[in-house]
Amino acid sequence: MYEFIAQQPLLAALFALVGLGAVFGALLGYAAERFKTEGNPIVDQINEILPQTQCGQCGHPGCRPYAEAIAAGEAINKCPPGGQAGVQALADLLDMEPIPLDEEHGEEDVKKIAHIREAECIGCTKCIQACPVDAILGAAKHMHTVIASECTGCDLCVEPCPVDCIDMIPEEQSLQTWTWDLPEPGRRVDIIATDATPAEEAA
Amino acid sequence: MRKVFGFHGGIHPPENKHQSLGSPIAQAGIPAELVLPLSQHIGAPAVPIVEVGQHVLKGQQIAEPAGFVSVPIHAPTSGTIRAIEDRQVAHPSGLSARCIILASDGKDEWIEHSGLADYRQVERSELLSRIRNAGIAGMGGAGFPTAVKLAVKPDAKITTLIINGTECEPYITADDELMRERAAQIIEGTEILSCIVQPDETLIGVEDNKPESIAALQAAAQGTAIEVVVFPTKYPSGGEKQLIEILTGKQVPSGGLPADIGIVCQNVGSTVAIRDAIIDGRPLISRITTVTGESVQEPRNYEVLLGTSMSYLLQQAGYQPDGNKRLIMGGPMMGFTVPDPQVPIVKTTNCLLAPSEAELPTPPPAQACIRCGMCAEACPASLLPQQLYWFAQGREFEKAEQHNLFDCIECGACSYVCPSNIPLVQYYRAAKAEVVQMRRDAEKSEHSRIRFEARQARLEREAAEKEAKRAARKKAAEEKARLAAEQGGAGEDPIQAAIERAKAKKAAQAAGAGGESEAEKLEKAVQTTRKRLDTAEKKLAAAMEEGSDLVSALQTGVDKTRAKLEAAETALADYHRANPSTEPVTAEPEVDAAQAAIKKAMAARAAEADKSPEQKARDNLAKLEARLAKSEARLEQSRAAGEEEKIITALESTVERLKDKVAEARSALAEAEAS
Repeated sequence: MYEFIAQQPLLAALFALVGLGAVFGALLGYAAERFKTEGNPIVDQINEILPQTQCGQCGHPGCRPYAEAIAAGEAINKCPPGGQAGVQALADLLDMEPIPLDEEHGEEDVKKIAHIREAECIGCTKCIQACPVDAILGAAKHMHTVIASECTGCDLCVEPCPVDCIDMIPEEQSLQTWTWDLPEPGRRVDIIATDATPAEEAA
Repeated sequence: MRKVFGFHGGIHPPENKHQSLGSPIAQAGIPAELVLPLSQHIGAPAVPIVEVGQHVLKGQQIAEPAGFVSVPIHAPTSGTIRAIEDRQVAHPSGLSARCIILASDGKDEWIEHSGLADYRQVERSELLSRIRNAGIAGMGGAGFPTAVKLAVKPDAKITTLIINGTECEPYITADDELMRERAAQIIEGTEILSCIVQPDETLIGVEDNKPESIAALQAAAQGTAIEVVVFPTKYPSGGEKQLIEILTGKQVPSGGLPADIGIVCQNVGSTVAIRDAIIDGRPLISRITTVTGESVQEPRNYEVLLGTSMSYLLQQAGYQPDGNKRLIMGGPMMGFTVPDPQVPIVKTTNCLLAPSEAELPTPPPAQACIRCGMCAEACPASLLPQQLYWFAQGREFEKAEQHNLFDCIECGACSYVCPSNIPLVQYYRAAKAEVVQMRRDAEKSEHSRIRFEARQARLEREAAEKEAKRAARKKAAEEKARLAAEQGGAGEDPIQAAIERAKAKKAAQAAGAGGESEAEKLEKAVQTTRKRLDTAEKKLAAAMEEGSDLVSALQTGVDKTRAKLEAAETALADYHRANPSTEPVTAEPEVDAAQAAIKKAMAARAAEADKSPEQKARDNLAKLEARLAKSEARLEQSRAAGEEEKIITALESTVERLKDKVAEARSALAEAEAS
């Protein structure tokens, strides 16, 4: 062995490297099979950021398809319910520049909840079929109602209603949901105290 | 003498407590109307159990707790429920919330109530339920349900019970007065509490700026195991976590509760309320509130019924609204501006501060942060306020959270020391709210996702079930066909069999009642058409009477139906003529439909041929006349509807042509008759 190495250093080195290569190659090949990941894991992460309203405003039939599309390279600014904050979160995740929300797909709006004017409902079940999260309760020829806590405000039930009895009502603020706002920037910030009074008088 | 520890940071603002300490606690009296918000505590709002117009007695429960973290509400005096409606409440938002409005009858009549003779003999759970039923919520300012706080896990050993008599915030003296005047009751309440939580030691913490209170408490605590601990004044020693650190040297872990380190803390006000509930059986219907500030003439403490409007209380103290720019509930550090002095006093209203503009000037505008670090030195929670401020301003809430934003007790020490007058606490409150909102949104979106996926799965399952059923049906049919083929004889095709079956059926129909059914059909057609004509005519008559604009349309309808009836009658007559008697159709089963049709056609032709020329001409004329009538009607209709010129001309020419044809047919008929 030593003799062979000493006498044929070139061949010995060659054998050693080829041998190592074969061993590691086999190891890697095995690992690739053994620890194979199903699907694209980034899709799950993107899907987690998306608001899950399943509204389809992005042009995809639900949040997961849009997550898959983003993973495949689609723009990240097509989700109005997620808003600019959602775009920012996606940009952070994907290490991209945040871009302004694409208004073609709708504008960021206050949270709304569907409400059925029950006196006008004819019980056609069309909205029930349209609701992506089963938040509408009812049966054929019986009045329907929205389970407010389950409604995502996706708007999809409004269009199919033949009697236009569904309203999208902004969520009402109560003592439980009210929160402090960030102090208003601008006029009252970054000015000298003595400037404040005339400015206020002027306004 | 016990070793007293300190805590990081803290400030020494002017105390301003002497103003309201001059006179003893006064009774505020019974106002004509009491407004009782259903949400006076942290947790779910209570649910009313009274009806409008119902008469209630003092101390009667009028709202029950909704869930575990909630407390009931009791009537502070006897009277009638005037309304249950939304009223503005003491809240920084200025929003309205559901309240029970009680009109007092002035009798102040108590409901029957009784305390426990010896609370030591009853179960701990019984004591807790009594505390809960008395509607007691933390009276230091936060309003957390006391029974929930005391219901520590059975396996958690409580080593120290702390009664908080610190009252560190400037101006407020409600607890101070309470300790001076009702020290014995505080000690009684403390003993009840120590009976409930079974601590190793019981401490009452008081700052050294309240010597009278300390003396009173020490005198009352003689002969008990309760120790009154005095420590130097510093804001905010009254914060629960700060007081624990001062008295025990232990820090409550971030995000944890005092119970996690074996400590329970209660405010002196709550302690007296517990004593009243257990010993006297009296629910929480009043509290001690300080009314102070330069805009009131006689600042002092009042024992006030819950639900009393702030303006009623202020009036008693000689309120002068002119110099008062804002009315504050709570102290100058942690209080908030009340939207309207009409709002009611609630369980957490420890102070009403009506300062003059000179006393508590409007904060000057905020300037840029100069990173001086004074806020970090003042912070009692050892946070980095300026860092949190930057994160809040930049909306980097996650980073703020990582910097322990939620350990901020919103004491306002950082804002107090800030040389740039930045409203730091407001930034933290907003940031906390954002983070909470984000968590809630994440929860909701996760919930929606699960529901969406469940729905998708359900739809897929339903589709699959349908498909499976279809496949099963198909398979069954194939199997049946195969079996039939096997039984009926090899080599026979199922399709062929089906065709044969259909043929047989048709033949049977033709054979069964061929002629008769034909005649019946025709007769039926005549009858139904006649019936339709009748109804159409009736309708037309009605429309004419009414002068409806549908007359022309109905007229066409009648004409058409009449033409059809005529045609049907002719057809029937023809048929009878062609088949004088029921023709014995001897169609063999193997005769197929096509052949039958050919036969029929041949028969019709034969009948036609059999007709006399006169008859033929008459038939022809009748047909043509019917067509003419139809065309004319159509023309009329078009004219009435003002249709295109082209159509009308085309129709006109059709009518002309038909008229010619009718004339021709007439002459032919005349000829035939003549011959």
